[in-house]
Amino acid sequence: MADTTGEGARIRALRLETGIAQADLARQAGISPSYLNLIEHGRRPIGGRVLARLAEALGADAAALSRGAEVALIEDMRRAAGRAGDGDAVAPEIGRVEAMAAAYPGWSALIAAQADRIATLERGIATLGDRLSHDPLLSASVHDVLSTVTAIQSTSAILAEDAALPADWRARFHRNLHEDSLRLANSARRLASYLDAGTGPEHDVQTPQDEMEAWLTDRAFHVAELETGASAPEDLAGTLPDGPDRAVLLQHLRDYARDAAQLPLDTLRDVLQRTGALDPFRVAVAADVTVPLAMRRLASAPEDVVGTPLGLAVCDGAGALTLRRPLTGFEIPRFGAGCPLWPLFEALWSPRPVACALIQPGRATRPVQAFAAAERTQPRDPSEPVVLRATMLVLPAEASAHPPDRPRPVGQSCRLCPREGCPARREPSILPGAEE
Amino acid sequence: MSDGKRVLLIEDEPNIIEAVRFILSRDGWRVSTHADGADAVDAVRARAPDLVILDVMLPDRSGYDILADLRADESMRELPVLVLTARGQQKDRDLALRLGATEFMVKPFSNQALLEAVRLIAAPSTEAPQ
Repeated sequence: MADTTGEGARIRALRLETGIAQADLARQAGISPSYLNLIEHGRRPIGGRVLARLAEALGADAAALSRGAEVALIEDMRRAAGRAGDGDAVAPEIGRVEAMAAAYPGWSALIAAQADRIATLERGIATLGDRLSHDPLLSASVHDVLSTVTAIQSTSAILAEDAALPADWRARFHRNLHEDSLRLANSARRLASYLDAGTGPEHDVQTPQDEMEAWLTDRAFHVAELETGASAPEDLAGTLPDGPDRAVLLQHLRDYARDAAQLPLDTLRDVLQRTGALDPFRVAVAADVTVPLAMRRLASAPEDVVGTPLGLAVCDGAGALTLRRPLTGFEIPRFGAGCPLWPLFEALWSPRPVACALIQPGRATRPVQAFAAAERTQPRDPSEPVVLRATMLVLPAEASAHPPDRPRPVGQSCRLCPREGCPARREPSILPGAEE
Repeated sequence: MSDGKRVLLIEDEPNIIEAVRFILSRDGWRVSTHADGADAVDAVRARAPDLVILDVMLPDRSGYDILADLRADESMRELPVLVLTARGQQKDRDLALRLGATEFMVKPFSNQALLEAVRLIAAPSTEAPQ
């Protein structure tokens, strides 16, 4: 039986395609026409110099004519055929895949390569679709952009198409266009920032909380205008566009102003001089304020008052981080939850404030001293819910009045923590060498 | 033209509301609007419009839930509802139609397309030949 699948079949197909007579090809390859006939019908093996000479005469690559390459190609084409969906109009002839690969290796390779590329693109689309479906921020950003574009498109069409538009309507639509263009610019900037793979600080702002923290970081978390009363929270927050960013910053600045009124900066400076220690518990007692308030005031004081950079983390009753001020030696994750072993979360259930030394894994990390305490809102009537919030102040161990004694090993977040055997681990680490 | 038919636009974007209200009013529709998802079904019952334009992403409640509630009410089972959404995948279209949407439009849309869709679904269905 003739072999219609191997090198012989391909040689015959190429020869016919290029219009070379069997006798001519045999002569060019230095073999007899009858021997070439046997090769073409798969009745004689082929390799070495004969294969090279035939390939040269046919203008083909000898390696491409080899059996190994063909087998791989056939496998690729079978895979491509397997990916053909029910919706495809024409089903591939699976039974003739070998003849196809033998006769048209170039086209076959192209089909296989395109099938691979389609599969790669489909995976990418599925990933993006999944991200869009499950990422509320991305979904909301895209929706916001599309809604604003809809308003702009409808409004501009009215302005362009209706020459008899009354002046008052024209003015109103112009104003709407202006508002929407500002909103679109803001949404597009946020979306671009979110999707951008950059790592610089300009790429980090994504959520209203990010915006607030970026604003505070620019000021080292110290808002001098609120300390002196030179500006109101509303004036300062008004520098951000109206919307969630401004609302979140405004809430923080109002809390800041309230804290500053209870513990003014001069009082804090005096208390620190009197107590001689960077200890929020002592500050709270000396100034007659709550421990969380003392921690927030210390973290927002200028460095010349407290003498060292400080870190701060605040979480709500669900453990969501609502304010993050990282400190060298104590990293706080930008996304997702922190390490469950932080005293911040212990404070949510502990009846008393917590103080302990911590150490995060990593190169040349040094212990830090952490203080944490929770506070509850006072409901105005029994039906109003009680809201819980915890605050944690972190300072370099050398600045602490409490020398670090056996610091508690904690992480940043499970994903970025290589610590093995941790009873609090939620998910495996992505770091190399971490436990599976 | 609409012969003064009433359309209720359930949408929370003020400038979309203003543009759509203008487009439809110019075409002779009597347009009322409602911006909240939570009591949108009550608003439809109270205003008894000839047609509803319903945005999917509303504050407090999804337009899909509102549509399902409308169709669960015998008196509003045949009410023409044009669903507007920023999500235009086939599965979104399928979901809207399965829940009883009369028509489905993806944002952004052209004014003319919106107008044609509204006119089409508000038109009385042609009687079958005897």
